[in-house]
Amino acid sequence: MAALLEVRDLSVRFGGVVALDRVSFGVDAGQVVGLIGPNGAGKTTLFNVITRVYRPSTGTVLIDGRSVLSIRAHHVIRNGLARTFQNVALFRSMTVLDNVIVGDHTRTKSGWLQASVPLPGALAAESESRKRALEMLDFVGLVARADHPVAALPFGLQKRVELARALVSRPRLLLLDEPAGGISHEEVDAMARLLRRVHTDLGVTMLLVEHHMAFVMGISDHVVVLDFGRKIGEGTPAEVQRNPAVIEAYLGAA
Amino acid sequence: MQEFFQQVVSGIAIGGIFASLALALVLIYNAMGLVNFAQGEMAMFATFVAYALINRGMSYWIAFPITLVLAFGGGILIQRLVIKPVERAPVLTLVIITLGLATLVNGFAGFIFGYVPRSFPSPFSADSADLFGVFISYRDMGVIAVSGLVLLGVYLLLQRTTVGLTMRAAAHHPEASRLLGVQVSWMLALGWGLASAVGAVSGIMVAPILLLEPNMMQSIIIYAFAAAVLGGIESPLGAVIGGLIVGVTVNLAGAYLPGVGGDLQLAVGLAIIIAVLIARPNGLFGRAAIRRV
Repeated sequence: MAALLEVRDLSVRFGGVVALDRVSFGVDAGQVVGLIGPNGAGKTTLFNVITRVYRPSTGTVLIDGRSVLSIRAHHVIRNGLARTFQNVALFRSMTVLDNVIVGDHTRTKSGWLQASVPLPGALAAESESRKRALEMLDFVGLVARADHPVAALPFGLQKRVELARALVSRPRLLLLDEPAGGISHEEVDAMARLLRRVHTDLGVTMLLVEHHMAFVMGISDHVVVLDFGRKIGEGTPAEVQRNPAVIEAYLGAA
Repeated sequence: MQEFFQQVVSGIAIGGIFASLALALVLIYNAMGLVNFAQGEMAMFATFVAYALINRGMSYWIAFPITLVLAFGGGILIQRLVIKPVERAPVLTLVIITLGLATLVNGFAGFIFGYVPRSFPSPFSADSADLFGVFISYRDMGVIAVSGLVLLGVYLLLQRTTVGLTMRAAAHHPEASRLLGVQVSWMLALGWGLASAVGAVSGIMVAPILLLEPNMMQSIIIYAFAAAVLGGIESPLGAVIGGLIVGVTVNLAGAYLPGVGGDLQLAVGLAIIIAVLIARPNGLFGRAAIRRV
């Protein structure tokens, strides 16, 4: 099977600090891949390279065999890639629905000039966009809160809004930065159920960074382990949990 | 009492003018965290453009929208040529650049049009209407109507259209917006265009009152700062309400406070800025800046 995402020999250096050191791995279409590692292992840095926030020092990231380095940041989404952020990057002054509509932006066919003048075509595109956003809010269970200001929602629900915003563009690959971070026990279970539905019902391939071990092991088909910027192991959740190098990184040398 | 109401209505009219310019300031502040000191001069220049069009025989109500479109384009052009190359510079650099831009536009206007004050036509009759014993001039009513329509238009654009939504998104979270496919840089340019057009309205509305010359907006911009600061520099609604409050306050102070008269009105505007910054730095509608340490 061809890899949907391929990280090849990737290094990122900030001055003298090596954040990522020749990391390689692939994510196949239809997989859920977990990316784990102690704090500072380079997980978020890797996300930021994939989504064009940082430039790598060496190496490449391929989506469908095409290098993301040749894609401009605002075109990443057109290549079927969406992400969520560790601390939630929502538009706080907007309603839940408007946040999700912004996520639909690239699917709204009318350009900005057309959209600024209320032409019939633009209006139709807007109502389509609104409909898709509401559908996605329904999917994440927030349709009743569509008109609430997003800032008034508890953090756990804000994460769902961000998920809906990422999903409304119908990405093939979704990058999730700590989907279970900072939320309560019950919410973690609900999030795991929701992400399973994203995988099965919407057919989205996922790469997720997570510290919550039960969560990551429960949801992933494949787990990649980073430590100090290097890949120290990968395999099925069971294999990774038996891997001596992984155990040492997490628990320290025995 | 009648005179009081007349002063209040005139205050609302001039307040609408302040509100338009204050809204222009807020639009750019929201987009880039920057106070555009050239906003007033840009408005003045646009007013000269309207003047030139009307002087060549164009009717006022045709020249008005054409000027707004030109101002919109001019704002985009300024963002692309002057601001974008230094987008990532520290905010102080950008502030100095807008100050330089203000001087440049001012000098350019003087060079082309000269410094002789010109009378600028008002499309509204100088007569007054008797509304329940209060005499209100058609000019004041016209200015209130035009400013009101423009402010409503901006509100609808920002709140009800996709492009307004993406502009707000780009201003709020550039990185996240980019990944959602928003062309952040163009949205900022659009913000400059919109601010320039809204600012132009204030210039065109105030010109019949003040006479048109290159330094016309230099007092108005102070009132607009006061309005924007009073409203909370991030809030478009705050800018509008701030503008109205400043307009009415300044007008009433001029009419009733002994010694304020015409000349010290500007001091009232400055006093409002200082009082707000001391008593309520985030203004009426601003959010307190919370920073994680």
